Amino acid sequence: MIARTLVIARREFASYFATPLAAVFLVIFLFLAGLFTFNIGGFYDRAQADLRPFFQYHPWLFLFLVPAVSMRLWAEERRTGTVELLTTLPFRLGELVVGKFLAAWGFTLVALALTAPVWITVNWLGEPDNGVILAGYVGSALMAGAFLAVGACLSACSKSQVIAFVSCVVACFLLLLTGFPAVQDFFSGWAPRAVVEALASMSALIHFEAMVRGVLDARDLLFFTSVIVAFLFMNALVIDWKKAL
Amino acid sequence: MQVLLETRALHRRFGAIHAVRGVSLKVHRGEVLGFLGPNGAGKTTTMRMVAGFLEPSEGSAWVDGVNVALDPLRAKTRMGYLPEGAPCYPDMRVEEFLDFIARARGFHGSERKARVEHAITAVNLAMVRRQTFETLSKGYRRRTGIAQSLLHDPPVLIMDEPTDGLDPNQKFEVRQLIRRLGKDRAVILSTHLLEEVEAVCTRAVIINRGTMVFDGTPAEMDAKAPASLRTNRLDHVFRQLTTGDVPGGSA
Repeated sequence: MIARTLVIARREFASYFATPLAAVFLVIFLFLAGLFTFNIGGFYDRAQADLRPFFQYHPWLFLFLVPAVSMRLWAEERRTGTVELLTTLPFRLGELVVGKFLAAWGFTLVALALTAPVWITVNWLGEPDNGVILAGYVGSALMAGAFLAVGACLSACSKSQVIAFVSCVVACFLLLLTGFPAVQDFFSGWAPRAVVEALASMSALIHFEAMVRGVLDARDLLFFTSVIVAFLFMNALVIDWKKAL
Repeated sequence: MQVLLETRALHRRFGAIHAVRGVSLKVHRGEVLGFLGPNGAGKTTTMRMVAGFLEPSEGSAWVDGVNVALDPLRAKTRMGYLPEGAPCYPDMRVEEFLDFIARARGFHGSERKARVEHAITAVNLAMVRRQTFETLSKGYRRRTGIAQSLLHDPPVLIMDEPTDGLDPNQKFEVRQLIRRLGKDRAVILSTHLLEEVEAVCTRAVIINRGTMVFDGTPAEMDAKAPASLRTNRLDHVFRQLTTGDVPGGSA
């Protein structure tokens, strides 16, 4: 079962590098991560040996870049008709969904790993708490994973990559900000109190910021893992449902 | 003779549209069944149900004794399927694609390489093996689609329009290949070309508006045409069965 999942992940991962997408994504991600950290985040001015300015902007970077990674996962398969080939090979639906997700996640982890020079720099300049930085990286990886799961699910809903991209940006934006006043006000007028409170605890931004502060709380880990599992489950349902049409 | 592919009263509805209405078929080892019918008759839908892509609304499909809906994974290992239009990944090279299929089919190491090589040789892909799909002609794409369907040497082959878009030489080659494969397998292929039925099929089934209207050998199909008709005899029978329209004179 794991072997078959990896067969899918391997093909999908390689497909990122078969087009300029991988290079474009990596260059833009690294450029913007650097720009936000050093210019906008004021990395040097703060004169503190930590990576807060680096991680602080990750949610906003991921908001636009992660949907670009996830948008083609299923939309492209559906547009070219290869989804028919894929689903008639001896794979379980779960293996296809997880395999594709792992490939996309693996790709974003490569992007994150390439930011290592920032981490090396801060270690060279001072004595940061590397535990906190590690927690930040874990948080960043999990948030990217959650966005990717949302994106994969939305990619399965449409044959158009553009629709998949735009709907993913919107969905991830809501996921980031559910705990914020503007979003809360929208719901508090009419939704039951329990729903409003549940939404407040579902803000990806709040969970992410807790992790960047260096606190690896089980609730934050559970939040991101549940988002990933829930959206991958929905992804499988959508694939199964859509092919019937 | 061993039944390798069977459908029992297959039905498929898409909302209000009743696309396939009770198709029951048995294909034995050694048979090449030509699946005929006008566009929209339900050929592709039927084949998709047999291949496990679509679930039947009613009825069941069996491949080599395995119920496709109940044990899809096992059923899929026993069939090769060429989907309509032979879809492929535009950025992939032919040999990469076949290697992916071999991995998906669970082959490892030297056996995997041997399977890929065999598939490449079987449909003459050596010339284009390092090319990506987007650079291939329609004929080569179709042949790669055929190559992936027979890579694991399945007892059952399901091919949706295997010769569509091929030039006469390629058609000849693919038909020869199918005839050869059909000797010890069950093959079901859909086509619009009635000449293909005579060239490769041991049996023909005509489906119209989701219902089977003919099931017999090409010779039996031919016998349904008036004795006076000299040419296009199968076309005549096809039209008669699917439109009720009988061309007059000596068409």
